[in-house]
Amino acid sequence: MTTFDRRTVLKGAGLGLGGLALAGVPGFAQAAEKLKIGFVYVGPVGDFGWTYQHEVARQALQKAMDAEVETSYVENVPEGPDAERVIEGLVRAGNKLIFTTSFGFMEATVKVAKKYPDVKFEHCTGYKRADNLATYSGRFYEGRYICGQIAAKVSKSGVVGYIASFPIPEVVSGINAFMLGAQSVNPDMKVKIIWVNTWFDPGKEADAAKALLDQGADVIAQHTDSPAAMQVAAERGAHAFGQDSDMIKFGPKTQLSAIVNDWSGYYIERAKAVIAGTWTSTDTWGGLDSGLVVMAPYTNMPDDVKAMATATQKTIHDGSYKVFTGPVVKQDGTIAAKAGEVLPDGEILGMNWYIKGVDESLPK
Amino acid sequence: MSLVEAMLLTVITASTPLLIAAIGELVVERSGVLNLGVEGMMVMGAACGFAAAIASGSTAVGIVAGIAAGMAMALAFGVMTLVFAANQVASGLALTILGLGLSGLIGAGFVGLRRDPMPKLDLGGLTDIPFLGPVVFGQDAFVYASFALAGGVAWFLWRTRAGLKLRAIGENQASAHALGHPVIRTRFLAVLFGGGCAGLSGAYLSLAYTPFWVTGMTAGRGWIALALVVFSSWLPFRAVVGAYLFGAVSILQLYAQGAGVDVPSQLMSALPYLATIAVLVAISGARARGRAPGSLGIPFVPDR
Repeated sequence: MTTFDRRTVLKGAGLGLGGLALAGVPGFAQAAEKLKIGFVYVGPVGDFGWTYQHEVARQALQKAMDAEVETSYVENVPEGPDAERVIEGLVRAGNKLIFTTSFGFMEATVKVAKKYPDVKFEHCTGYKRADNLATYSGRFYEGRYICGQIAAKVSKSGVVGYIASFPIPEVVSGINAFMLGAQSVNPDMKVKIIWVNTWFDPGKEADAAKALLDQGADVIAQHTDSPAAMQVAAERGAHAFGQDSDMIKFGPKTQLSAIVNDWSGYYIERAKAVIAGTWTSTDTWGGLDSGLVVMAPYTNMPDDVKAMATATQKTIHDGSYKVFTGPVVKQDGTIAAKAGEVLPDGEILGMNWYIKGVDESLPK
Repeated sequence: MSLVEAMLLTVITASTPLLIAAIGELVVERSGVLNLGVEGMMVMGAACGFAAAIASGSTAVGIVAGIAAGMAMALAFGVMTLVFAANQVASGLALTILGLGLSGLIGAGFVGLRRDPMPKLDLGGLTDIPFLGPVVFGQDAFVYASFALAGGVAWFLWRTRAGLKLRAIGENQASAHALGHPVIRTRFLAVLFGGGCAGLSGAYLSLAYTPFWVTGMTAGRGWIALALVVFSSWLPFRAVVGAYLFGAVSILQLYAQGAGVDVPSQLMSALPYLATIAVLVAISGARARGRAPGSLGIPFVPDR
C-alpha cells in the first residue's frame, strides 16, 4: 500500500493539475467566442417559485441565443459572505455577465463588481448601482392590486388570509397594494396577516394557511415560495392566489390567478446589449407593461369578475392607471398620496407602513 | 369544528415528523453513535417516497421507498463510522449535505406534481364524536405509527434483553465488548433503524403533510429532531413531550398572529425554541433521570 507521505501527495497533485490543464485547453479555445453568462440563485431550482422562474428564464435565454451565449448557474447560495466567494468564482470561470437573483446578494455583488470593472453585473431587487452594476426588479405590487380586487369580489366572509414572509418594503407594499385593490371593490374588506419569517418552508406555509382558514379567511394570498398554501386551500374548498409561478396544478378549482415572474425577455435583452456593446448600468423596474410581471389566466371565478380583472390589467398595462394612485391614507391617518397623485417610486421602495383598513401592527 | 379542535389537529400533523425522527435518532444515540445525518436521511425519504408514490400510484409503495431511502443513507453512514471508524460528526454532516443534494437530483423530475394526501382513518361513529373523535380516531397511519414507535422503543429498551444490551453498549462499549456483546453489529442495526425512522418521517412530509415535492422541503426539521433527542434526555416519553411542545408552540404562534395578537412576529417565530429551552432548564433541575450515553460519539475499534 502506498504510504500517504508528502512525496505521494505532491506527485498526485502534479498529475491532477496536469490533467486539468490538458482538459482545459480546448475549453479555453471555445470560450473566447460565446458570451458566458452566470446566474446566482438563492434557493433551489426545484422550489417551483422564485428561483424556478429565474431558471425557466435562463433556459429560455439559452435556447433563444444558443449560438452566442453559454449560461450556467449556482443554486442554493446563502445570502451572506459565501455569496461573494460564489460570484468571484463565476467571474474567474470566465463569465462576463452575472445575474444575482436575491436582495441579500447586494453587498457581495457591489464588492465583486468593484474588483472586476470589465465584468457586467445585474442585481435583482436591489438598489445599489455602479458603472458595471445594474439593478432590475418587477412591480409585483401591480399584480397584487388586481388580486385584491378579485379577492374582494370572490370572498364571502370578507376576510383575506395573507401569508407574508419578512417585513421588508417589498412585502409590505404588496400587502398595501392588495388591500387597495380589495378596498376599491369592498371598502370593508379585512385582512389577516401571518408572518412566517421564511421565504420557503412548505410545512409552515401549510400550517399558516390552515390557521388563516380556521380563523375565518376564505381567500389566501401568499408572499412565500411553495405551493403548500394553495394545496391546503384546495383541500378546504377555499380560493387562493399563486405566487411567482402558475400553481394551477395544485389547485385546479382553487387558484384564482397567480403573479408570475417572467424574466426571459429582460435576460435576452441584456445579453444582446452586452454582445452589441451597448450595455449600460440601468435600473429596470418593469411591471405588467413590460412583461416582467405576468398574470396567470383568471380561473375559478364568475365571468363578471374575470372581466373586471382583465379590464384593470389593461389599464395598468397601457399606463392609464397606476397602482398607488391617491387617495392613499396611512394606518395612522396621515395622507400618503392625495386624490389623483401617484406615490413616488422611492416611497414604494421604502414602504414601512400599512394603509388604513389593515388592522394589524407592522412588525419592525 | 371548533377552533381548538382545528388547532389540535394541526399541532398533531406538525409534531408527528419530529417525533418519528427523534425516536429513531434516540435509539441510535442510545447505542452510542451520534448520527448528524438525520436531515439528509429525512429529505431523501421525502424525495424517494414521493417519487415512488407517483411512479407506482400507491402511497404504501411510497412509504416503503421512503424508509428504504433512509436506510440506504444509514447504511453508508454505518459503513463509514462503524466499519472504518471514521469521525461520526464529520460523517453525519457529510451525509446531510449528500442527502440534500441527492434528493434534489432524484426529485428533479417530480417538482410541480401533486398527489392526494394520505387518507385519514374514518371509523364512522367513533370519528364523529365531537372534539375527541377526529383528534383520536381520525388521524392517518403515520400519527398512530409515531406513538406505536415511541411506546415500542420504550418497551424494547427497558423491558427486553436486547434493549438492555444496546443500552449497555451505548454506556460503556469497552466493557460490553469484554463481556462478548456484538458492539458493531448492534450499533449497525440501531443506525439502520434510525435511518429508517428518519426516512419514514420524510415520507410523511411529502405524502401526508404537504403532498408534493420541492427541493429542501424538510426545512431543518431533521436538526430540530436531533435537538429534541437531547431535550428528551434520551427517554422516549420525554421525546413525545418535546415533539408536541415544539409543534404546539409553532402552531399556536401562527394562530396567534392570525388572531391579531400584537407581538413582534420575529419573537413569535423564536417562541418554539425559547419554550423548549425553558422546559429543558426546568426539567434539568429535577433529579436527572437521563444522562447522555457514556460512549456517545466515540468510535469503537476493538484492537486499538
